This record gives sequence, C-alpha cells and structure tokens, in this order.
Amino acid sequence: METIAIPAINFAPIMPEIILSIFAMVLLLVNVFVPSEHKAYLGYLSLIGIVIAGFTLMGGWGTTLSAFNDSVVQDNFSLFFKGIFLLTAGMTILISDQYFKREECNLGELYPLLLFATVGMMLMASGTDLMTIFLGLEVLSVSLYVLAGLNRANIKSNEAGLKYFLLGAFSTGFLLYGMALTYGATGTTRIAKIAEIAAQNSAVVQNPLFVIGMLLMAVGFSFKIAAAPFHMWTPDVYEGAPTPMTAFMSAGPKAAGFAAFMRVALIAFPALKTDWSDLLWVLAVLTMTVGNLIALNQDNIKRMLAYSSIAHAGYALVGFTAGNPEGTTGILFYMLSYAFMNIGAFAIIILVGKKGEANNNVMDYAGFGTKHPVLALAMAIFLFSLAGMPPTAGFIGKFYLFSGAIKAGYIWLAIIGVLNSAASVYYYLRVLVYMYMKDPVEEFDWMKLTPAVAICIIIAVVGVLLPGVVPAFLLDLAQQATLL
Amino acid sequence: MSQFPLISVMTFLPLLGVVLLFFVPKQSHSAQRGLALLVSLVTFFVSLPLVTGFQSNAEFQYVEKVPWIAAGPFQMNYHVAIDGISIWLVILTTFIMPIAILSTWTAVENKVKEYMICLLLLEVGMLGAFVSLDLFLFYIFWEVMLIPMYFIIGIWGGKNKIYAAVKFFIYTMVGSLLMLVALIVLYFKAGAGDFSVLRFYELALDPATQTWMFLAFALAFAIKVPMFPLHTWLPDAHTEAPTAGSVILAAVLLKMGTYGFVRFAMPLFPDATAQFTPLFAVLSVIGIVYAALVAMVQEDVKKLVAYSSVAHLGYVMLGVFALNQQGLSGGMLQMLNHGVSTGALFLIVGFIYERRHTRLITDFGGLAKQMPVFATIFMIVTLSSIGLPGTNGFVGEFLILLGSYESELRWYAVIGTSGVILAAVYMLWMFQRVMFGELNNPKNQTLPDLNAREVVIMLPLLVLIFVMGVYPTPFIDKMNPSLEKLIVHVKSKQTAKAQIPQIPAPQALPAAVLPVEHK
Repeated sequence: METIAIPAINFAPIMPEIILSIFAMVLLLVNVFVPSEHKAYLGYLSLIGIVIAGFTLMGGWGTTLSAFNDSVVQDNFSLFFKGIFLLTAGMTILISDQYFKREECNLGELYPLLLFATVGMMLMASGTDLMTIFLGLEVLSVSLYVLAGLNRANIKSNEAGLKYFLLGAFSTGFLLYGMALTYGATGTTRIAKIAEIAAQNSAVVQNPLFVIGMLLMAVGFSFKIAAAPFHMWTPDVYEGAPTPMTAFMSAGPKAAGFAAFMRVALIAFPALKTDWSDLLWVLAVLTMTVGNLIALNQDNIKRMLAYSSIAHAGYALVGFTAGNPEGTTGILFYMLSYAFMNIGAFAIIILVGKKGEANNNVMDYAGFGTKHPVLALAMAIFLFSLAGMPPTAGFIGKFYLFSGAIKAGYIWLAIIGVLNSAASVYYYLRVLVYMYMKDPVEEFDWMKLTPAVAICIIIAVVGVLLPGVVPAFLLDLAQQATLL
Repeated sequence: MSQFPLISVMTFLPLLGVVLLFFVPKQSHSAQRGLALLVSLVTFFVSLPLVTGFQSNAEFQYVEKVPWIAAGPFQMNYHVAIDGISIWLVILTTFIMPIAILSTWTAVENKVKEYMICLLLLEVGMLGAFVSLDLFLFYIFWEVMLIPMYFIIGIWGGKNKIYAAVKFFIYTMVGSLLMLVALIVLYFKAGAGDFSVLRFYELALDPATQTWMFLAFALAFAIKVPMFPLHTWLPDAHTEAPTAGSVILAAVLLKMGTYGFVRFAMPLFPDATAQFTPLFAVLSVIGIVYAALVAMVQEDVKKLVAYSSVAHLGYVMLGVFALNQQGLSGGMLQMLNHGVSTGALFLIVGFIYERRHTRLITDFGGLAKQMPVFATIFMIVTLSSIGLPGTNGFVGEFLILLGSYESELRWYAVIGTSGVILAAVYMLWMFQRVMFGELNNPKNQTLPDLNAREVVIMLPLLVLIFVMGVYPTPFIDKMNPSLEKLIVHVKSKQTAKAQIPQIPAPQALPAAVLPVEHK
C-alpha cells in the first residue's frame, strides 16, 4: 500500500526571501499610517529587515541545501550574490530619503517595492529551476518598472518607467520562449537535469530546439544585464529614473542577471560551451566598445554612468566568456565592487543634483573639488575605481576578469578589454577635470549631507579601497562561490 | 626577515606624511610646506643607510618578502629589495624630493595642502616602483604614480594644463594596460607560483612569444621614457606642469621607463631584445638628433629643456641597448646625470618664470649683468647638460658612446655623437640669448638675484654635478656587479641570436671593469 509522502519542506534556503517578503508586506500596511514627511522611518524599518536577512545568510556558507523539489538551492554562489543584493538594497535605501524629499515625491511604496525587487533578485540567484528563475525575474522586473517611474511628476521618469516596461516585457518574452523550447527539447526545466539529459543523449544536443532555446535565453538575460546590442533601454531608463533607483538598477539587477545567466549557462548548457563562449565573446566586445564609445560623448552624468555601466557589463562578460574559475571569481568580485563604486558615485550625484533632476551635467561639477574636498575625494576614488586604477577594488576585479580570459586563451579579448578600459579613462577623468581643474561657474549651494547618505558614502569608500589593498578575503569568498 | 625593514619604512614614510598633512589646518600654508619638507628630508636620511650598507655585489639586498594576496591561481607577494640597478635611482628620488618641495615654497599659493599631498603620494609610487621585485606590486605602484602626477599637472599647471594632464594620463595608461596583459600571460606561461620577477627571469620562452610580450612591455616603457615617436606627451606635460612637477617628471618619472627596460623588458625577453635592438637603436638615434633639432628652434625655454630631455634619454636608451658593460653603466649613470642636470635646469626655468611670468627666450637678454649668481649657476648646469668634461654629463655620454661604439651599434654611436654637438648648439645659443647681450627690457632691469632659499636648492645639485663628473667611481662601482650579472644573463639566454649570426660580431666583454677615463 502506498502512502503519499509529503516531503518535509525545508525553508532554510529561502529564509532571507521570506524575511524580506514579510517585512515588505508589513511595510505596505504600515505605510498607510505614516505621514509623508516621516517616510524615512519605513526606510529604517526596511534596513532592519535587510540586516536580519543578512544574518541568516552567514550561517549557510559552505553548505549546499536544496529545497522545494530542487527548484531552489542555497549554495555559496547564491549566498554571495544575495549578499550583493542586500548590500545594494541597503545602500540604496540610505540614499533614497534625501533624494525623494528633495523631489517632493515622498512615497512610502518605495521601500516595500525595493524589498520585493530584492526578493526577486535573490530567487534569480538561488533558482535551480528555469521556472524559479523566471518567477524571480518577474518579481524583480515588475517592481523595477514601478520604481523607475516612481517620480510621477517628472516626465522623464514616466518615460523611463514605460520604456523599461515595454522593452522589459519584450525581453521576458524571449526568455520565456527560450525556456519553453529548452523544455521541449529536454522535457525538464530543472537546470541540473537539462545538463544530465543532454549528456546522456547526444540527439538532444543536436536538436535545434535545444540550441535555439539556449540562444533565446541568452538574449533575454542580455537584456537584463544590458549587453549590447540589447542595451537600448539602458540610457533612457537610467537617465530618467530617480537617481537612487538608477544606482540600484545598475548594481543589483545587473548582478542578478549575471547570477541567473551564469547558472543557466554553466550548469545547464556545458554541452554547448563552445557555442555560448563564442556568442559571449561577440557580446563582450560589442558591449564594452559600444558602452565606452558612447559614454565618451555624454554630458549628463547619469547618462554617462549608464553607458559606463553597459561597458562594465562587457568587462564582466569577458570573465564569463572564459568560463573558468578565475573569470567566474572575477565576475563575483567585480559585481560586489561595482555595487560599492557605482552606488557611491550615485550618492555623490544625488548630493550635487538639485530638485527636478537638475544639475546633473558634468559641467555642474566645476569647482566641486574646492568647495567640498572630502566629497570630491570620495567621488575621485569611485571614478578611479570605475576606471580600474589600482589600488582600488575595480582594478583587482578587472585583473581577475582579464586574467580569466587570458588563461582560457582569449588574449585578444583581454587586449580589447584593456584598450576599452583605457578609453573609459577619458570620460571618468572628464568629471575629475571639472571637479578639480575648472573654476565653478556659479556658487555651489550648500548641500545637506544627511547622516544616512554619509554612511552610504563611507561604506562605499571602504568597500572600494579595502579590497583594493587587501583583496585576499573577498577573493577567497568569491572563489569558494564559483559554480565551477 | 628579522632585519629592520628599511625599504618599507622609506617607501611608506611619505604616506605617513600624507596622513599627518590631513590634520594640518587648511590655512597654515607654511606648516604644510614645512611638514612636507620635513617628511621628505627624513625619507632622504632614512634612505642613506641603503647606500652605506650596500654590498657591492650583484645580489638583491635588504630583501623583504611577505605573502600578500593568495587567491585563485595567483600568489602575489610584497617583495621588495634593491640591487645595483635600483639603488641610485632610489637615492635620486629621495634626494630630489626635498629639492622639489623647497622649490614650490613661493610658487604655489593655492591648495598648498593638496599639492604637498600629491607630491608625497608621488614619492611613494616612485620609490615603490623602483624597489618592487614582484611584478604585480610593481604594476600597482607604476599605476599609482599616475594619479598624483595627473593632478599636479592638471590643477597647478599652466594655461593648457588640462590637455597636457589628460594626454599624459591616457598615453601612459594605454601602454601600461597592454603591459598588464603581457604580465598576466607571462604568469600563466610560468605556471603556478608567485609574481616574482626573479622567477620569471628563469623562464625559457620561445622567441615568438617573447616578441609579443616584449613589445607590450616595451610600449609601456617607451612611452614613459619617452622614445621617439611616442614622446609627444612630454613637451606638453613639461611645459604645463608647475616647476616641482617638471623637476620630478624629468628627474625620476622618465627613469621609470629606462629602468623598466633594464629591469624587466630586457632580462625577461632576451631573444626579443636581440631582435629589436636595431629598432630601438634607430629610434634612440632619431630621438637624439630630432629632439636636438626641435629644441634648437624652441622659443620657450621650458620646451627647449623638455626636448633636450628627449635627446638625453635617447642616449640612455642607446647605451642600454648596447648591452655591454660600458654602455649599460653609462646609461645608468646618465639616468642619474639627467636627473640632476635636467632637474636643475627646470628649477632654473622656474626661478625666472616666478620672477617674470614668461619663459620666452625673446623676453630676456643680458640677465647676467643683473643676476650674477644666477648666471653662474645657470652656466654650470648648462655645461653639465651639454656634457662638458669635468661635469657629470660628460662621463655618462662618454661611456654610452664608447659602449655602443664597441657593440654592434657602432654606426648608431657615430650618428649619436652628432647629438653632443647639437646639444652644445641649442643650449649655448639659448644661454647666450637669455643671459648675454643688451639688458634692454625694462622689466628685466629690476630683477632680483637668487635668494638664499634658491641658492640652497641649487647647491646640492651643483655639488653633485662636479662630484659625479670628477669621481664617478663610487656610483659605478655599486652598480657594476648587478649590470654585469644582467649582461651575462641576457646574453646567455639569447638562443636565437646564437643561430642567426650577426653581421658585426659582438665583441667580447672587456674583462677589466671599466677604466677610469675622465682624465
């Protein structure tokens, strides 16, 4: 006689997701009773949620737990990425309040949405089933569409939200279609199972559905990480979205896209490694070059950083193309460092900016170095890190990415990468030129530096400089977290 | 490792100065200057025991090796030491820094604190690059140097400062990034282990690989030297940089390039060195003659000195690529000489610029009557730059020409000699137009002579000019064993060269170490 065995549900692997979801829902309720000038308390509350979720991450390091019939996993890889997401969300919350107060758009929905987006990213990193990844991606994307258009009074923010929604929905279609085709070819959506079936049965690998499925998924993920030629949405969305959301989008969801993309490519499709390596090679070169070349010509600093973030996705793709432990370590390390330096830079942009998204041009930074030497120094550190100068985390990250490529034999890719890096120096230096070498056109307004923003900047500076000088600890973690 | 970490203390002392400077109030400029000067002087005195305790052999001394990063396949160490090749460059750096700082006493009035911080950070970078034996560490210091120099040119420079600063930065960056790729390739070729250059010396790379890697390294270094035709950033950077920036740029930063060839590019890739010797010799000679000709027609004194730098470094490269005892030691010596005399020249240009706020030769004339002390000092430095016997410039150039004449670069040496004459032409002509003739410009008739501070700045340089000109033996003795080892190393590893006979057969090394020739 058979009994239906009800599997013991192990909630541990999704503990952080659960905590954040609960906090988000509570926040939604509380929000109703908080007057608009006190929305900052919601931010503090969500920070508490993030810290608690962060604690639950720590215990799991080094163990691998699967749950829900193998559709999510808690492994070092997912934990590392979850750490990045929590950090990104936390830093974004720190810089949000001051910005939204200035824009007079004090919406409490911001915080629950950010938490939901974080939950989505976490599911993307820990999903071991195509469907879980898709769910995570949708939770993330829907939250982001709203967040990008959060500044209702600003026409550009509206445009950003709508554009992101349309193009995002379109790209999701690609992704889902790819997943469907892969399911058609293999009969499963479990990532590990796909590889297993492909390994056992060579007919599956030769099945066009399988290859096309992989390609379509690659297109979908490329949209999310803003790889050229699927990057068209990025500049407009990044420019139009409220600045803290731009900071968030450029660091968190990009990392999440990489996490999911890597898990799918490395675990599900090792059989097609040569194919996707070639594909990524092209994507990497295009992404770096397009991002950097167009960034050279930008006056709006948010737009410039948007193109630069495209270029940075390209550098990460260099490590991805290599597909070896060095390259993968490089991606993990780089995504973390990128969160620090980019959110740090956006924090400064928020301080320099004025109401109505004004004062966001590179020229507006003239004289910043004289007026606010400490903040300018912080900005300089972020920019040098973005440019990949030692002794910053940006340099160490690039070093690993490029050495991964070189080890895998992609020397030309590394050369194209470093030349791109050299070109990027020009537009980062341009900000420095205005900050330090030009006199201010008009007097700087006194910028109120709230403790929250100051904390965010300090975290970012430490996060950029410390791993730049003593990177061993983080590199070690990243190395234990590669999927390989 | 139980010994006192002298090199580390020296290298990072200026960083301590930077930290202290942060606490000095913004307004007290003299305290900031004083502190920076004090720190650089202490650094200089700390560096002196390196010389007195230096054993004249080919070994690396004062070695410090501590594991730094061990992650992934990589093992980076904090590995520093000095040998005969680096010791004098280190001393030159610590020696020139107090002079540079003292020279800015009245020239820089705004953002003094930031200026001093930049100068001290620059010193950390330069010292670190000279003492690093771990290639990764070297690369870090090499890049770190760029940032303060960029700010020094860009913030405190002249009219066209931004263009010059950005050009300087990007030129150098392109070169060094390609070197980074080559460096990683080199590491993977060597297999698991650390990034020590000593380990890489032992590799036997096939000539084709060497060619590419040599080119990547050489590009980085040749931009820094700068060799013709990659020199175009230098006149801009020099002209726009404030005096201290020019002095350090000429005296130390350019030596990074030549040092890089001697320490890294040549011993790491011996076959490629042999293969490219003709090319680099040609470029050196073109640099010597071309830069001299261009210097001749300059209207701006500083630009003239900048081009003379290019010519001088052409000599250094010629000597280095001669790859024999005389050539190399001449090249190394000329690096020091150039540091001293061109540094001094930039200081002199700074003195008159501070007085007149112009550097055009036509704005001057007859200054000798008005400023006799200045005239004397200027004359001595000019003669040293030309290479008059009895001054330091002569010894270096003589050795270089001797060495390259005795090597396969004989005919290049012959052409290079013409540069000595050209140097005399442009330097003396400039000197004549500035210092002699009618003192007819009313603005020049009231110029004060050098003050005590300025004389104090120049004095150590003048002493060195004569000491190194009359008795260079102690300098050469300390570097010779290391250079000899280097030559033996490179020549013994030149496999390709053994197969392809060279047209003028390389001459046997003279057994005797360098005759004293300055009679």
